[in-house]
Amino acid sequence: MTSANASARFVNVGERTNVTGSAAFKKLILAGDYAKAVEVARQQVENGAQIIDVNMDEGLLDAVEAMTTFLKLIAAEPDIARVPVMIDSSKWEVMEAGIKCVPGKPVVNSISMKEGEEAFLDHARKCMDYGAAVVVMAFDEKGQADTKERKVEICERAYKLLTGMGFPAEDIIFDPNIFAVATGMEEHDRYALDFIEAVAEIKARCPYVHTSGGLSNLSFSFRGNEPVRRAMHSVFLYHAIAAGLDMAIVNAGQIDIYDTIDPVLREACEDVILCRRPDATERLIALAESFKGTDAKAEKEAEEWRGWDVVRRLEHALVKGIDTFVVEDTEEARLLHARPIEVIEGPLMAGMNTVGDLFGAGKMFLPQVVKSARVMKKAVAHLIPFIEAAKEEGARPKGKIVMATVKGDVHDIGKNIVGVVLQCNGYEVIDLGVMAPWSLILETARKEDADIIGLSGLITPSLDEMVTVAEEMKRAQMKIPLLIGGATTSKVHTALRIDPAYDGPVIHVLDASRAVGVASQLLSDTQAAGFVTSTAAEYTHIRDLRSGKDASLLLSLEDARANAFKADLSEKAPPPLKPGVHVFDDWNLADLVSCFDWTPFFRAWELAGVYPAILDDEVVGKSARALFADAQEMLQKIISEKWLTARTVAGFWPCAREADDVIVYEPMSMDGKGSPALDTSVGYFRHIRLPFLRQQIRKSRDRANFCLADFIDPAGDWIGGFAVGIHGIEPHLERFRAAHDDYSDILLKALADRFAEAMAECLHQHVRTTLWGYAPGEQLTNEALIREQYRGIRPAPGYPACPDHSLKPILFDLLNAGDNAGLILTESQAMLPTAAVSGFYFAHPESQYFGVARIGRDQVED
Amino acid sequence: MTPRELLLAEAGKRILLMDGAFGTEIQRRNLSESDFAGDLNLKRDQRGNNDILSLTRPDVPERITRAYLAVGADVTSTNTFSANRISQADYGAEHLVREINIEAARIARRAVDDFIARDGKPRFVAGAIGPTNKTLSLSPDVNDPGCREIDWDFLVEVYHQQAAALVEGGSDFILVETIFDTLNAKAAIMAVRQLERELGREVPLMLSMTLTDLSGRNLSGHTVEAFWHAVRHARPLTVGLNCSFGAAQLRPHVKALSEVADALVMVYPNAGLPNELGQYDELPETTAELLREWAAAGQVNILGGCCGSTPEHLEAIGRAAQFLAPRTIPQIEPATRLAGLEPFTMAA
Repeated sequence: MTSANASARFVNVGERTNVTGSAAFKKLILAGDYAKAVEVARQQVENGAQIIDVNMDEGLLDAVEAMTTFLKLIAAEPDIARVPVMIDSSKWEVMEAGIKCVPGKPVVNSISMKEGEEAFLDHARKCMDYGAAVVVMAFDEKGQADTKERKVEICERAYKLLTGMGFPAEDIIFDPNIFAVATGMEEHDRYALDFIEAVAEIKARCPYVHTSGGLSNLSFSFRGNEPVRRAMHSVFLYHAIAAGLDMAIVNAGQIDIYDTIDPVLREACEDVILCRRPDATERLIALAESFKGTDAKAEKEAEEWRGWDVVRRLEHALVKGIDTFVVEDTEEARLLHARPIEVIEGPLMAGMNTVGDLFGAGKMFLPQVVKSARVMKKAVAHLIPFIEAAKEEGARPKGKIVMATVKGDVHDIGKNIVGVVLQCNGYEVIDLGVMAPWSLILETARKEDADIIGLSGLITPSLDEMVTVAEEMKRAQMKIPLLIGGATTSKVHTALRIDPAYDGPVIHVLDASRAVGVASQLLSDTQAAGFVTSTAAEYTHIRDLRSGKDASLLLSLEDARANAFKADLSEKAPPPLKPGVHVFDDWNLADLVSCFDWTPFFRAWELAGVYPAILDDEVVGKSARALFADAQEMLQKIISEKWLTARTVAGFWPCAREADDVIVYEPMSMDGKGSPALDTSVGYFRHIRLPFLRQQIRKSRDRANFCLADFIDPAGDWIGGFAVGIHGIEPHLERFRAAHDDYSDILLKALADRFAEAMAECLHQHVRTTLWGYAPGEQLTNEALIREQYRGIRPAPGYPACPDHSLKPILFDLLNAGDNAGLILTESQAMLPTAAVSGFYFAHPESQYFGVARIGRDQVED
Repeated sequence: MTPRELLLAEAGKRILLMDGAFGTEIQRRNLSESDFAGDLNLKRDQRGNNDILSLTRPDVPERITRAYLAVGADVTSTNTFSANRISQADYGAEHLVREINIEAARIARRAVDDFIARDGKPRFVAGAIGPTNKTLSLSPDVNDPGCREIDWDFLVEVYHQQAAALVEGGSDFILVETIFDTLNAKAAIMAVRQLERELGREVPLMLSMTLTDLSGRNLSGHTVEAFWHAVRHARPLTVGLNCSFGAAQLRPHVKALSEVADALVMVYPNAGLPNELGQYDELPETTAELLREWAAAGQVNILGGCCGSTPEHLEAIGRAAQFLAPRTIPQIEPATRLAGLEPFTMAA
């Protein structure tokens, strides 16, 4: 449902146990009500805080006394003490007193160069002796860093000082200061953007460090206007996390889900935070007024969603984490379904999948997901009595299953759902809850004489723990089946790691819906043996496939080169009839349609099958036909109304092979500037090296270790290149988006991709028959073209035969693809417009596609 | 070579042996009150004050140490588990802490040097520091969870006094053992850091945690991995587990520690669990077979025994492990490793 990687990507530091951030907490501490104050900490951890920040900096308090008292008290609460503490103070003596009370490894927040290098390094050295990580504020003798340059400069200086004295870089967390924006002072306009940019720069310059920030300052100018503050925080986090921010001290209740922020407000916040327009502040202030009376507005909204149909209401409740109405909505849904279990399998699971998607996309944060989980649990809890009651009286259970979330993991929604589904289907489930040590699982299984053990886990370390359970089952000489499930588990991991650790059957269960099928087969007298054997065979197959990928099976680069493909160079293609660079500004679109390969078009819509057979397919045929008809209709308009323009460029250059590289000789005019001078016997040449990668996987007897350079003659040869771009799509996409017509939007994009591919195919044919002209008599049908039954290949950088994207800029340069085909490369070497294809031409008759796959370190270094 | 380098070099070649129990070995000798008391004229009964024997019956710890060396121990620990001011106060002997530790270290040093002189094989003295019977993390009063019997600064001072005397008497390393409270261990680390600064040289640390429940936590609640995160800043020469239950129950936790720790792993469990009479009756071969499994799995560098183990146990362990390859210290990716009771890691 949610990805463990996503949760580890960004860390929420709870800030409610901070007297400077929470008036309520301050009141409790000032009143000496530590029992209630401890409850605040507990709630934070329950709400998903992964670290808790404790701050007692308040003039009326003895901060040392308050800090140590509170830290000792929470140390006695295992529910709280399980997470690390962030000891937060502006005074060193308060932090030092705090560290002395904290077992485990805390974070000290913060130290800085405010009072010079000497004090800074002294505090850092002490943190090292105490065993604490540190937050380092971007603060020096001159003051707090406000601009990007100052933030980066101070952090880099601190980094050098700290690592210079042996402080572990990975224990440094930089806080480059979040300041208030939209204050009306022009010099504050860039504060948020400077922070975001500084984060990226600091992480690039200071390897292994993390970054953090305190969020509440940001929206200081909108005090009292909670909706605007929340929106600003969410928008800021969304962009800062993308830039590399690792953690923030946040009030989980003070952030909205990025996608659900009013688009107008979100844009205005984005304008302010990213400093996108000079009047951004005025516009947000103007807009803010309309959000201010939000209690009324929120109420109105609340009423509004209550009017939706029940499925949407359940989804809304899950995404927003609102549990107020979930019981009555669940009840309503139950009455609409034949069996109560269908409510879980249908609308509730769908809602949780939406939550999972938003979380995965970085648009929801862990505390919100925890809230969603609670709503889900409440809904399921309401349904369970009905499910129980529906069971036949006195029916004998079909089997006994012990289920547990393994030690170290507290996630149990998925496991609970599987448990409910199994119980509905007549199995007796003994649920050991979360954090179950292997000893308890085995003991229970033995005592209860269980038929199956089911393990669940959400976070990555749980995978190892599952292996441990499997090993212990083997040691205990158990033979009952072991089921593996949960978000991070996979068939591959199960096959590679868990299955070999245990002698009995091990089965990976993809989701709750498969659990009953698996259990019933395993416990069936007739099916069990076959099912176990076929699963075991499948896992063995996975292991065999993987073992082929094992690093030990990689050849050294030297051995791989010795096993290179030996092309028959007497067969090499003649020089091109028309060397140099050829530009086509506007290829006829109608011609291209006849070259379409429709199969990938259907695949893009997740319709599986080969064109044209797919149109008559039993399952997807109907959808495929409808889609195809719509596509044809749009194609008519694209061609008649000239929506798109196909631009392309192809070129051929003399070259020679040098080891695994191809050296291209680009002809230059006599004055040294590029020119299309084509007589290769005279003039200057620019030497351009194209490094290609060689396969290093160990091959069976006859197969060579291929490299594209193998198809080029070291004594002199020719190589080609091309680039294709389909232009003009944007205004039409905008039109569709404005009309909220997602279908047409996707359809047009998919068709543009087809045009690009068809353009590449037609161009290649034109190259073979006319421009290079090594196959003048070629007569191939479209089917034969699609099956690539022609001589020569056109491998693209970034694809299996030359996975190295860094060849793209070289190719673009050779082709001058920017001017000639209107294409640009992004920083990550992606092509714009997106409907684009580029690649090299190899004409040797033996040239063929292959996958480089994994390569050794020796080749990387080479 | 420094003792650290020398131990690392030896540990690269083979699985090394730590010695076995002192306490249960002393008990077996049925010493009388006058054996313990000697002529120190202490006011309280000294029976059970094993550490004071270094002053009153130095032949007892010396014989035990030599017995372990004779069966192949590479590292011997000093008989100083309770030789700290807090524990000795129970016997009215807190003023003798420095002397006890110096003498105990000298006894071990002499024995070790004798054996080195015979065959030239390197051997080491680990000055043993127990946990004291007070804890920095837990309240002695159920009604007042914030209450503590001692504080950090006091405990650092107690440990510092003991560590300084152990080094003065000739210890190569400081072994902080039977760690039931992670914060106590952190105080011991701080004490040794201070000592290093005073001496102007490194005093390598050996850290050994003790588990108090089968799910793999110590008394202060830390899992094996959380403990490692909390003490890794000490850059210890060895980290490991000792005492608690027998080898059978320690197995998964040895594996867990072995995977995360970029230090030598040293484990010296009890010889099983005591029977209903409080006696350890696990046979040497049984213990040895259990420990051999860890060695065979490449999870340990140094093996030894704790409560209930005898020179016979150690000899059997040495035989079982002699031809097995030692664990290689894993390369650990840099990451921010924090800890509450549970570990928390942010990839760097």
